[in-house]
Amino acid sequence: MKFLVCISNVPDTTTKITFTPDNKEFNKAGVQFVINPWDEYALTRAIELKEAAGSGTVTVLNVGEADTEPNIRKALAIGADDAIRVNAAPKDAFFVAEQIAAIAKEGAYDVILMGKESIDYNGFQVHGMVGELLGIPTVAPAMKLDMSGNTATLEREIEGGKEIVSVNTPFVASCQQPMCEPRIPNMRGIMTARTKPLKVVAATGDAARTQVQEYALPPKKQGVKLIPAESAGDLIKLLRNEAKVI
Amino acid sequence: MSVLVVVECDKGEVKKSSLEVATYGAQLAAQLGTSATAIAVGEASEASLARLGEQGITKVLYDKEPRLKDFVNNAYTKLIATAAQQEDAKVIVLANSNIGATVGSRLSIRLQASLATNVVELPKTAGGQFTVKRGAFSGKAFSDVVLSGERKIIAVKKNSIEAQHEAGKTAEVVAFAAQLSDADFADAPKQVVMQDQAGGILLPEAERVVSGGRGMKGPENWHLIEDLAKALGAATACSKPVSDVDWRPHHEHVGQTGITVSPNLYIACGISGAIQHLAGVNSSKVIVVINKDPEAPFFKAANYGIVGDVFDVLPKLTAAVKALG
Repeated sequence: MKFLVCISNVPDTTTKITFTPDNKEFNKAGVQFVINPWDEYALTRAIELKEAAGSGTVTVLNVGEADTEPNIRKALAIGADDAIRVNAAPKDAFFVAEQIAAIAKEGAYDVILMGKESIDYNGFQVHGMVGELLGIPTVAPAMKLDMSGNTATLEREIEGGKEIVSVNTPFVASCQQPMCEPRIPNMRGIMTARTKPLKVVAATGDAARTQVQEYALPPKKQGVKLIPAESAGDLIKLLRNEAKVI
Repeated sequence: MSVLVVVECDKGEVKKSSLEVATYGAQLAAQLGTSATAIAVGEASEASLARLGEQGITKVLYDKEPRLKDFVNNAYTKLIATAAQQEDAKVIVLANSNIGATVGSRLSIRLQASLATNVVELPKTAGGQFTVKRGAFSGKAFSDVVLSGERKIIAVKKNSIEAQHEAGKTAEVVAFAAQLSDADFADAPKQVVMQDQAGGILLPEAERVVSGGRGMKGPENWHLIEDLAKALGAATACSKPVSDVDWRPHHEHVGQTGITVSPNLYIACGISGAIQHLAGVNSSKVIVVINKDPEAPFFKAANYGIVGDVFDVLPKLTAAVKALG
């Protein structure tokens, strides 16, 4: 089984978000970048399934410039076998999906996994676009993934419950909790990751269908109004008469 | 040219988030000088579909194929694409739900459309440009995005627009057949398992949420959360550490890697307010924090706060809500 796991390079989850003075771009200065937390579920589950089968490969794919390589190496240290970096700054979800679809087609991967969404763009789009571009099923967001031969059984989250879905390879799934416990690299993994192949390829075209015009921060909070604990019931009156939410 | 609104239905009724989407679609259609047609997915009654007139929808297309009762990605995509082509829809509006966003992304390829998810306002369309405001960076920012394609798909974030109800107006419900084949249902779910929701209120759709963290000390104390939620007509939720130790099920976990909610009222009980938790709730209209630690970071994001022991405070709040009658 050939797994392709797509990872995004995103600001650490604790990052205070700021933008360049013209508000056109995210301000990367001093920011630590990590593997998108949702993608870690996809990566770990692919490695677990490969290990359980006793055969197969896990290839990591990232669409990004050279500064994403530390996190690609981290994915290799966690247990992926090799990596591909499409050498381009991601323009939008459509651009990224086209890159993934082109790589997936060329490599004839059986299972394409990624996180539900990235914590920066929050698009929740790429998985469906890749599935449609390749003409294969998409299951999103998946909370559980098991394989038996070429058939996968997935639990897909729906509002208020879950669907049990069965699909044959090839397919795309976007992953989320509680699929697995994401792994952290150990020293042996970090050492071996240095020698694993990382191929850099050029982007396929430059089509994008959306352009960010400007970023903005939410309005600042007015400050908290504290109510003494002994008269906690007064809060309810404020929520009804002042905030008008009950 | 028209606006096509995708309305999700469950147990015969249109979901609350779809009433919001219908309102959004109707207001956008008015802005563009056209009309809004809806395509219904899921289990719908004709009466509930006709009531979409109250949100400004003029016509509702409904395919009675029984296999469309549950979400089937390929079949829903084909159904909506067929309707979009029939109606010559240049804009398609969906809920930013698991169904809406999943289908929207496939549709965007099939219809060669620009797609924006997590949209929080009506678009700006002056000067021939089509710009939408959407949430980004896990609720910590917004971005104005230009949709450049001839067709546009917009997934509207829940609770970002208030559903209008113009009493007495009805929509025409029209039978629609997308000519779906067995192949379109190849990825149909084998089984659908619904989970217990406190008070029957779905967390992602809830207008009010009462949420507990490690400060609740253990699952045996959750009745305090549930009592207040029941009195308020709210859904219950929890922080990640709570679902990690199985005090509460995963589907109640709100936060950056859990469910993102944007209710009118979010009450956080015994939650310190890690930045990852805030990312999942900070677009709530009003945030109330109850914590005995006055230094808890959550107070900085709150509108109202009580520095106190949740075990003392929660029963007082529940009693005060009940006293409202």
